Amino acid sequence: MDLTFQFNWSAAFASIPYLLPGIPYTLLISFGGLAIGFFIGIFFGLLRISPLRWLRWPAIFYIEVFRGTPILVQVLFIFYGLPQLLGGPINALVAGIAAIAINSGAYISEIVRGGVQSIERGQREASLSLGLSRTQSFRYIIWPQAFRRMIPPLGNQGIISIKDTSLFSVIGVGELVRQGQIYIATTFTALEVYFMVALMYLAITWTLSLILRQLERRGLVGQ
Amino acid sequence: MTTQTPADQPIVHMQQVNKHFGSLHVLKDIELSVAPGEVVVIIGASGSGKSTLIRCINGLEEFQAGHIEVDGNALTPHGKSSKALQTIRTEVGMVFQQFNLFPHLSVRDNITLAPLKVRGVSRQQAASTAERLLERVGISDQADKYPSQLSGGQQQRVALARALAMEPRLMLFDEPTSALDPEMIGEVLDAMRELAREGMTMMIVTHEMGFAREVADRVVYIHGGEIVEQGPPATLFDSPQHDRTQSFLARVLKH
Repeated sequence: MDLTFQFNWSAAFASIPYLLPGIPYTLLISFGGLAIGFFIGIFFGLLRISPLRWLRWPAIFYIEVFRGTPILVQVLFIFYGLPQLLGGPINALVAGIAAIAINSGAYISEIVRGGVQSIERGQREASLSLGLSRTQSFRYIIWPQAFRRMIPPLGNQGIISIKDTSLFSVIGVGELVRQGQIYIATTFTALEVYFMVALMYLAITWTLSLILRQLERRGLVGQ
Repeated sequence: MTTQTPADQPIVHMQQVNKHFGSLHVLKDIELSVAPGEVVVIIGASGSGKSTLIRCINGLEEFQAGHIEVDGNALTPHGKSSKALQTIRTEVGMVFQQFNLFPHLSVRDNITLAPLKVRGVSRQQAASTAERLLERVGISDQADKYPSQLSGGQQQRVALARALAMEPRLMLFDEPTSALDPEMIGEVLDAMRELAREGMTMMIVTHEMGFAREVADRVVYIHGGEIVEQGPPATLFDSPQHDRTQSFLARVLKH
């Protein structure tokens, strides 16, 4: 049996026009969710390292809950569960963005915490000894250095979140996987279509990796 | 701005200062005054509490009992971020063992940051002050470099310039040459010597006994968190009164 004859290239190429409309959704859900998740992450990440227990505990709770439960369950909860509380349906796109935001937010909180805590104590001491306030010390000295160290793990999280959006086909958002499923339902060319879907994810994640590598090469990352 | 301290009033006044790290009693009933223009060198074995002592003065360490007054500003036990502490930190410069330069900022920005953000001077004025200070510590052509591009000795001199840019009334030095390669110690000590000659009030924790003897007005020997003995360098080094001082000096001066 010759496998090359089973893979139908023309069927694969034929699927492209049907898959492409999924890409904007995939990008919108991942980058929209990540942008919100980034701010959630900064917020809870900083609460997480607060010396005040009553600020720290809500952050720990948030991080543990949303890191400790599957993102599939989270999105199902939002899309099918929350409407029972709200009394009305939730747009699938909104539910997807929300799921990426709260899920990546939990991981980004830990990235922020790690980044800030990785800055040597002497940096804070030197800035305070110059008369800078705690806020100034954080803004001008700690955060710029911490942020550079956060870029590689943030890139990692970005790639994970982009791939996580594939799960949202279950709530019917027309992202890449969903587009593929609809197309396959009429053509039965699962092998070729999922191969193309995979390639499109790779194109997105590789582009992101390349951008990150450029940042690193320009010395914007790390020390 | 604080009022100027009259010449006869101490710029640093520590009374009955006690500090604990958990069950460890690191500073015991410290009584120490420093007069304006005085250079006080603090010596002692590692772990004796000498670094902790000067770090209490600008609030990098808190203490549990006693009283510290710096240029008329009082620090209280367990004091966190009081207004007095903030004032003290703008008036007291510090040089650290590990330099602690800001690696993401150029040499110039390292020096101008605090004058710009704390003192509110103009960018132009801050930059010209930075040039002048860099020239003074002998590295005028390095303002656009980043700390990692400099040698250890140069980095420490930038750290000195950074502290001086705030025009401090008192300079604290926490083992400023201990992290340096031997051939770079001299250039840092030269810059400090120069500063002492200009009349800066200085408190220096160091293991450089030759430097202490030459520059200090007073040497303080500390052991186990207590001030054992203090006096002019000639007296303390040549005829120490206490056994502990004698055995410490015998150990460090032997080589």
